[in-house]
Amino acid sequence: MKKKHGTAQAPAAVNSHQHLRDLLYQMLRIRRFEDKCAELYSDMKIRGFLHLYNGEEAVAVGVMQALNPEDAIVATYREHGQALARGISMNTIMAEMFGKQEGCCRGRGGSMHLFNKEHRFYGGNAIVGGGLPLAVGLALADKKLDRKRLTCCFLGDGAMAEGEFHESMNLAALWQVPVLFVCENNQYAMGTALKYSHAVTNLVQKAASYGIDHAAVDGMDVLAVEEVAQKVAPAIRETGKPFFLECTTYRFRAHSMFDAELYREKAEVEQWKQRCPIATLTQQLKEQEKISDADLEAIEQLIHQEINHAIAFAEAGTWEPVEELTRFVYSEPSI
Amino acid sequence: MNYGIDTSTDNSPLMIRTTYREAVRDAIREAILKDDRVFLMGEDVGRYGGAFGVTKGLLQELGPDKIMDTPLCESGFTGAGIGAALGGMRPIVEVMTVNFSLLAADQILNTAATYLHMSGGLFNVPLVIRMGTGGGKQLAAQHSHSLEGWYAHIPGIKVLTPAVLEDARGMLWSALEDPDPVLIFENTLLYNMEGQLPANAGAVDIDRACIRRVGRDVTLISYSASLFKALEAAETLAQEGIEAEVIDLRVLRPLDEATFLNSVAKTHRAVIIDEGWRSGSISAEISARITEKAFYDLDDPVERICAAEVPVPYASHLEQAALPQAATIVNTVRRMVTRHG
Ligand SMILES: Cc1ncc(C[n+]2csc(CCOP(=O)(O)OP(=O)(O)O)c2C)c(N)n1
Ligand SMILES: [Mg+2]
Repeated sequence: MKKKHGTAQAPAAVNSHQHLRDLLYQMLRIRRFEDKCAELYSDMKIRGFLHLYNGEEAVAVGVMQALNPEDAIVATYREHGQALARGISMNTIMAEMFGKQEGCCRGRGGSMHLFNKEHRFYGGNAIVGGGLPLAVGLALADKKLDRKRLTCCFLGDGAMAEGEFHESMNLAALWQVPVLFVCENNQYAMGTALKYSHAVTNLVQKAASYGIDHAAVDGMDVLAVEEVAQKVAPAIRETGKPFFLECTTYRFRAHSMFDAELYREKAEVEQWKQRCPIATLTQQLKEQEKISDADLEAIEQLIHQEINHAIAFAEAGTWEPVEELTRFVYSEPSI
Repeated sequence: MNYGIDTSTDNSPLMIRTTYREAVRDAIREAILKDDRVFLMGEDVGRYGGAFGVTKGLLQELGPDKIMDTPLCESGFTGAGIGAALGGMRPIVEVMTVNFSLLAADQILNTAATYLHMSGGLFNVPLVIRMGTGGGKQLAAQHSHSLEGWYAHIPGIKVLTPAVLEDARGMLWSALEDPDPVLIFENTLLYNMEGQLPANAGAVDIDRACIRRVGRDVTLISYSASLFKALEAAETLAQEGIEAEVIDLRVLRPLDEATFLNSVAKTHRAVIIDEGWRSGSISAEISARITEKAFYDLDDPVERICAAEVPVPYASHLEQAALPQAATIVNTVRRMVTRHG
């Protein structure tokens, strides 16, 4: 296998102090960012739909460790975590949600539509299941052009009831294309619990029925997620075969900012909060004396500063002139 | 329900204070209680209480046989709605918003709309599909479509666009009584709209447009949430002595052309306000009918105020610039009226 630079670590480094602390930092960074987004939503700085990732950080962070810069990512409307973990600048994400021209999509997309070319981040899709065929196609292009890279496609448990999920599974298996499907099974599709969405709630069985290799992992455990991802990603690139990874997780916050959460008990949420991936890793690191309170404080400070900086950046951003409204409907001729 | 009861005027029927949302909910409840064949299905209509709170409490009140939560599978449950209609039920299929109805478009176009014809009149499909529609809430390109005019292109279905409380309350039952597929588009900006309704409000016709404001100088033709922009513009114009007649189309298919043609015959000017994109739109259809059938009544070319031809952007100032505005209507009418005195 060709050696690549980037975020992926050699297995030996996986348990190094630095790496573990970095995982914690990345998850905490997402958590604090999301909490700030909720505040900014109340302040009406961020508008539209806002779907937060609290509780699910271990999935994006864990999986992202195994991706190379050349790999592609297809995500959903709940994609701040993926975008941040992938390395898209927080400044441009924040500015995007403020609707400013300096945002990663000039303020055209907002929270649900983050895109970035350099990081091969293909959105930001707000149609449930809509990203799956796209991921298959990206991988198909890689196959045709004989490029050893993969496309990582995030999807929800709810998306697996859509026809597009099943069509994509079949195509990926039939064509043998290098897609890593990552199901973030947070056990609800809006207010519909898994058992009301799926006749068969063992989700990996659906991938299995298409002949796709699969694994299920505790999505609240970033080390477990990373371990599987590190194992399967090189194989996907090398063999060109798809893989389906189910990460069991939980969304701590409401589905979006318009959700009264009538469909689940507070006690259930509290129970899952006991398994918070950030708290768990912090605990572990503390017990192993791999992190001190001072280290933690320093991490918090760093994140705090970055978020404040991002808000200042977004505030200072400019509105795209209204005269440019109808740009980007068709490609502009290059001069 | 804690409606504010209004009993101020002696002869008028008992009035209740309500919202568009509650009016739709009352219509659903009434239909289910009145006809055992009626049930509602869709995503998050039950436990969640409806994406816009329309069906809140109905699951608890009417039970899971009547209020069915479906998985995410728009094509599947819309098609199942067609089947259930053929099988003797009277389903109300709720597609959360028109944006997601595109995943069910095949079932709507290729099956619901064609079944009667393909079968040589053997099988009609008495199905009602409700969905949210419209932009204006900074939901960006994939969540802001106004495709009701686009659906009105299709023979075999009826397209309703209730704007006022009375229609939100009354169109559903009429749609359920219709032997053929009926689509009801509820602009999500209207759900919070408050007003008075007679306590005994019930079914309304679903084949006529309606004059919401009488005027003599110009005819403003609109529907759904845009109607209120037209009415707002009419108020402004009235202060300048320009009296606009405002028409609420109510039904986009079949189109009640007599109402707007008669109005144009009186005012000699027409402006169409439509939140859909301009090209190939319902506004284009209305404009064509006016030029075909009322050409010699016109003092001015027909004007259209539509959404800009761009996917709806997230940033508020761009989104507002993309959508029809009352100020644009006012300016357009002023220009028309001053052109010919
Ligand atoms: C095709 C489609 N139908 C409905 C919706 C409305 N909707 C947005 S998110 C969502 C739930 C999706 O659940 P899941 O796939 O489990 O992802 P999660 O939100 O839990 O991350 C629904 C119903 C949509 N965006 N697209
Ligand atoms: Mg989910």
